[in-house]
Amino acid sequence: MALDDQKPSGFKFVGTSPDRPDGLDKVTGRARFGADAYAPGMLHGAVVRSPHAHARIIRIDTSKAEALEGVKAVVTRADFVDGLQGEFGFVLENVMAGEKALYDGHAVAAVAASSQLIARDAVKLVEVEYEVLPHVTDVDAAMAENAPVLNDSYADASVPAGHHPNVVRYHDSGHGDIDAGFAEADLVIEDSFKTEATHQGYIEPHACLASLGGDGKGELWCTTQGHWIAQKTCAALVGIDTSQLRVTASEIGGGFGGKTTVFIEPVALALSRKANRPVKIVMTRSEVFRATGPTSSTSMDIKIGMKKDGTITAAQGIFRLQGGAFPGAPMEFSAMCAFAPYALANVHQVGYDVISNRPKQAAYRAPGAPMASFAVESVIDELCSQLDLDPIDVRLKNASREGTKASYGPKFERIGLVETLEAAKAHPHYSAPLEPGQGRGISCGFWFNHGGETSVSLALSEDGTCQISVGTPDIGGSRASMALMAAEELGIPYENIRVTIADTATLGYNDVSHGSRVTYASGLATIKAAKDAVGKLCKRAAAKWGIPEDAVYWEDGCAKPSGANAGNFDPMPLAKITKSMGRTGGPISGHFEATPEGAGVSFGTHIVDAEVDPETGKTAVVRYTVIQDAGKAIHPSYVEGQFQGGAAQGIGWALNEEYIYGEDGRLQNSIFLDYRVPVASDLPMIDTVIVEVPNPGHPYGVRGVGETGIVPPLAAIANAVSAAAGVRLRHLPMSPPRILRALKDKG
Amino acid sequence: MQYHRPTSFNEAAALANQATGETRFLAGGTDVLVQLRADIVTPDTLIDIKSIPGVGDISQAPDGSWTIGIAVPGAEMREHVQLGQDWPGLVEAMDLIGSTQVQGRATLVGNLCNGSPAADSVPAMVAAGVELSVTGPTGNRRIAAVDVPVAPGRTSLAKGEVVSAVHVPARGTNAGDAYLRFIPRTEMDIAVVGCAVNLSLDTEGTVTAARVALGAVAPTVLLVEDAANALIGSSLDDKALDRLASAASAACNPISDKRGTVEFRTHVAGVLAKRTAKIAYARAQGENT
Amino acid sequence: MKKIHVTTTVNDDNVEFLCDPRETLLDVLRDRLNLTGAKEGCGTGDCGACSVTVDGRLVCSCLVLGAEAEGKKIATVEGIAKGEELHPLQHKFIEYAALQCGICTPGILVAAKSLLEKNPDPTETEVRYWLAGNLCRCTGYDKIIRAVMDTAADMREAS
Repeated sequence: MALDDQKPSGFKFVGTSPDRPDGLDKVTGRARFGADAYAPGMLHGAVVRSPHAHARIIRIDTSKAEALEGVKAVVTRADFVDGLQGEFGFVLENVMAGEKALYDGHAVAAVAASSQLIARDAVKLVEVEYEVLPHVTDVDAAMAENAPVLNDSYADASVPAGHHPNVVRYHDSGHGDIDAGFAEADLVIEDSFKTEATHQGYIEPHACLASLGGDGKGELWCTTQGHWIAQKTCAALVGIDTSQLRVTASEIGGGFGGKTTVFIEPVALALSRKANRPVKIVMTRSEVFRATGPTSSTSMDIKIGMKKDGTITAAQGIFRLQGGAFPGAPMEFSAMCAFAPYALANVHQVGYDVISNRPKQAAYRAPGAPMASFAVESVIDELCSQLDLDPIDVRLKNASREGTKASYGPKFERIGLVETLEAAKAHPHYSAPLEPGQGRGISCGFWFNHGGETSVSLALSEDGTCQISVGTPDIGGSRASMALMAAEELGIPYENIRVTIADTATLGYNDVSHGSRVTYASGLATIKAAKDAVGKLCKRAAAKWGIPEDAVYWEDGCAKPSGANAGNFDPMPLAKITKSMGRTGGPISGHFEATPEGAGVSFGTHIVDAEVDPETGKTAVVRYTVIQDAGKAIHPSYVEGQFQGGAAQGIGWALNEEYIYGEDGRLQNSIFLDYRVPVASDLPMIDTVIVEVPNPGHPYGVRGVGETGIVPPLAAIANAVSAAAGVRLRHLPMSPPRILRALKDKG
Repeated sequence: MQYHRPTSFNEAAALANQATGETRFLAGGTDVLVQLRADIVTPDTLIDIKSIPGVGDISQAPDGSWTIGIAVPGAEMREHVQLGQDWPGLVEAMDLIGSTQVQGRATLVGNLCNGSPAADSVPAMVAAGVELSVTGPTGNRRIAAVDVPVAPGRTSLAKGEVVSAVHVPARGTNAGDAYLRFIPRTEMDIAVVGCAVNLSLDTEGTVTAARVALGAVAPTVLLVEDAANALIGSSLDDKALDRLASAASAACNPISDKRGTVEFRTHVAGVLAKRTAKIAYARAQGENT
Repeated sequence: MKKIHVTTTVNDDNVEFLCDPRETLLDVLRDRLNLTGAKEGCGTGDCGACSVTVDGRLVCSCLVLGAEAEGKKIATVEGIAKGEELHPLQHKFIEYAALQCGICTPGILVAAKSLLEKNPDPTETEVRYWLAGNLCRCTGYDKIIRAVMDTAADMREAS
């Protein structure tokens, strides 16, 4: 980004926290989420799911279901496209099983009926004959020599010879000389860790309303983080042209990465085509847990060497991630993020992507990073403790800075890790006294952030107001951020701007709302689209004044002559130009599209105080502080909200959340009651510090903030528990039985 | 599913007696509707007993005993000041079930008849010596709460029988009860272990009578006599508390499941027994805890 | 299956509907009365997104049958604002950024309003426990608790 493209002076709108544009709709119940759409003639769909973890599908008899009064269509795999390869092939196999059911909850058929109750009754009438096969759900067990084989054709060329076919991808990276590094160390700690799978736990279940005709033209309304990926994927799976399917994103009730793919949407389309009527499908909570995309569970080995002065001499990590029945576990992200906070001369990381009889994992907030960070930051904490060093000082000593060669390869540009550590050290929390039974832990965390394909259009209205179409669903208030950035550029009030999440027919391809990319990439595109419009506004003013275009500049919402030589004209406000735009050359709009590459990475440091009940092993988080680099906070309240939300999800992951599979391979805790996300009374207030080290890749310096916040909590809490109870927990979640066991083992 | 709304217990019992297939009574519905929605149980006959006169009342007899209507939700028990002063453990146990929203609906009898070994109010009812009136096709009978659950999900009530009132004994003097449960979070969980203690003291502070009940550590809620005996005659000294903990742990016959292990439940039963006994004792001494 | 005729009151409006005995009050509100403000997050009473009041008592509408609404007074999120005038909680939730995705917001507003009607001066702990049955996965609850506490303070001052 050229320097002259940077904002020269202070901000007028950016950095304030005005009311969000969709606030009224959200507090009155009128906002329309996925399940809130209805269509004339609409049918209700329901999905038949495998009760077996691994089974060959011998026969599906749909005749009794079809005979039920009110049933209008039944679909199976035969109603989808045949022979899809690659990721589309995996997604199809996941949304509707072919030859085998690969996990408890795997879809095998679906029905559409005139009411939800009839659809549910019809599901029970679909007869499926299974040949039950041996199953495996644990990552280490799935890699073992005699493990059941899910599919012997999934492994790609990256996997070295000699591995079980369930190992489907392999990653190896690093630099320096590990052995020499460990030889230099005064203390080397090597340890193994496990983490259980967790779910994003968005409160809104997946829901969609689909309409598809025999003419290959379709409409889809769904709750999604990215409707273009839904469009592309659904079109491929049901065999229609991408452009013939118009997808509208509903308001989205949480995603956290879990709504970046499709599950019921292609099924609803197939049912709609067969019944020739619109079909709505809404997942139950149990279906969400059993058959959407939880995280990977992991098994990790970490080895780190440190000198007495705290210098890390070498670091090595092996990350085995089970990602369900298909390739794609984010083991390379685990490997690449694990040591990213530290400037290391010698580092080596290995990753394994392992398939097992669980649902296909999906992204969850900084996918792969929290688990790796848990293992690495636990070992660093143990080194600090054994060498009697301050954990923040040690991290500062080894911190990655501008110019550091990252553990995953490239050189860091301007980054803010040191600033977060310094802010942590200076924060009153870090020096506050602890009560008996309490312990304090800290951890750093890293996430890459992402740019992605982005397209934004902006149009000015005759009355001088502005409408913006963006393609990234608003998960946490991003429409407010877009309006703030456009207000900044156009110089008109925030309230005069309306931001809409456009459907797929209105804009070019937009990548999903993921990778903490929305405020960065859609924000950048909004700024550029506004600049595009400003250029046109200046041109109209220049024409009116009869002076050259380059003699006009834009300031405070007005076109102005650029100096005495340009002429003596009163500033011409935006509304005056737009009022006559029909007669001066037509509508004025701005547009920008690109795949921006400058998403600045984001680091955070968390401080947590935990209290452990030594008689029951129960942990309470009593104080929590998040410190994170936001680059530039566009809407500070929503930046704080991202920090707090990430921390809360991390607390749940650390303490209680987990997928529990029985011996039979069935998920045992598929309702909120037993999955145990944090409730209001579980948490303290979550203090936040927004550090602003501008990202050179964004006009205002924005860095994505959505994901980094979930990376440090797992280790920070484990370190606090270690300090409070004197036991090191190497297996998440640190549920009371695990902590009590560790306390008993310690004696 | 047939939905009925009888206006007397005799009518309710007759409906249940005549029904074929699965029959459920609907009071608070916080278990029945969950099972219905999840297609675990779809009753053929659902009998809503909330239109029967008096089912929403809480009343105290001149002898100090209480009668609680079968449709009184937890929230109304919680808001009843006098009941809470007499039986704080029972009221708190009920109050621990589910959220504020669930409290707006859930009932003692529903919690009891659902037959879950982890039901929070049941140990408290058992410790308090609660009895139930039962209306059946052939008349009425009275049954102790402890005798209602017979196995997970099963009760001793016969076909056509419906619980028609809850009877809580008079509190008496120098007496107090308490209930604690262990859950991994602070709210919204099923008990991993539950413990209720109900004590009477003499004027010297010596325990003269005790009832200790445990939940979630056996197929049904347990009334643990050895645990009670550990307290009787003591003034809740450390030795008595240790005996109590040992007796409580020894009585456990739990399973390992998604909520806890055998080892954990057995240990925590002892821990909770001590903590609960201390609260009950303090209450019996007139402390407001 | 024979449907049941129900006469009830929703947000002070008299309404009638026919429902299957298996339909919940939530199903009826959403699918028969077009009141989609209450959300189904779980169907098991664990998330609170479907919170409404029945005769003034806070409940999960997923745990009430439609048939049980007969003769009751139901209040939903749609009835919290009086015409154009938002309830102070609604104002404060927007001002405090106490929602991110907003799916839990209707239930939390219904529950918080019910709390403040019973207890105009709740402690932070009381607010947290009262709302423990309303899951929010976005905010970590911080801004929600602050918004409720501050609304309570404002309403005390105004009264």
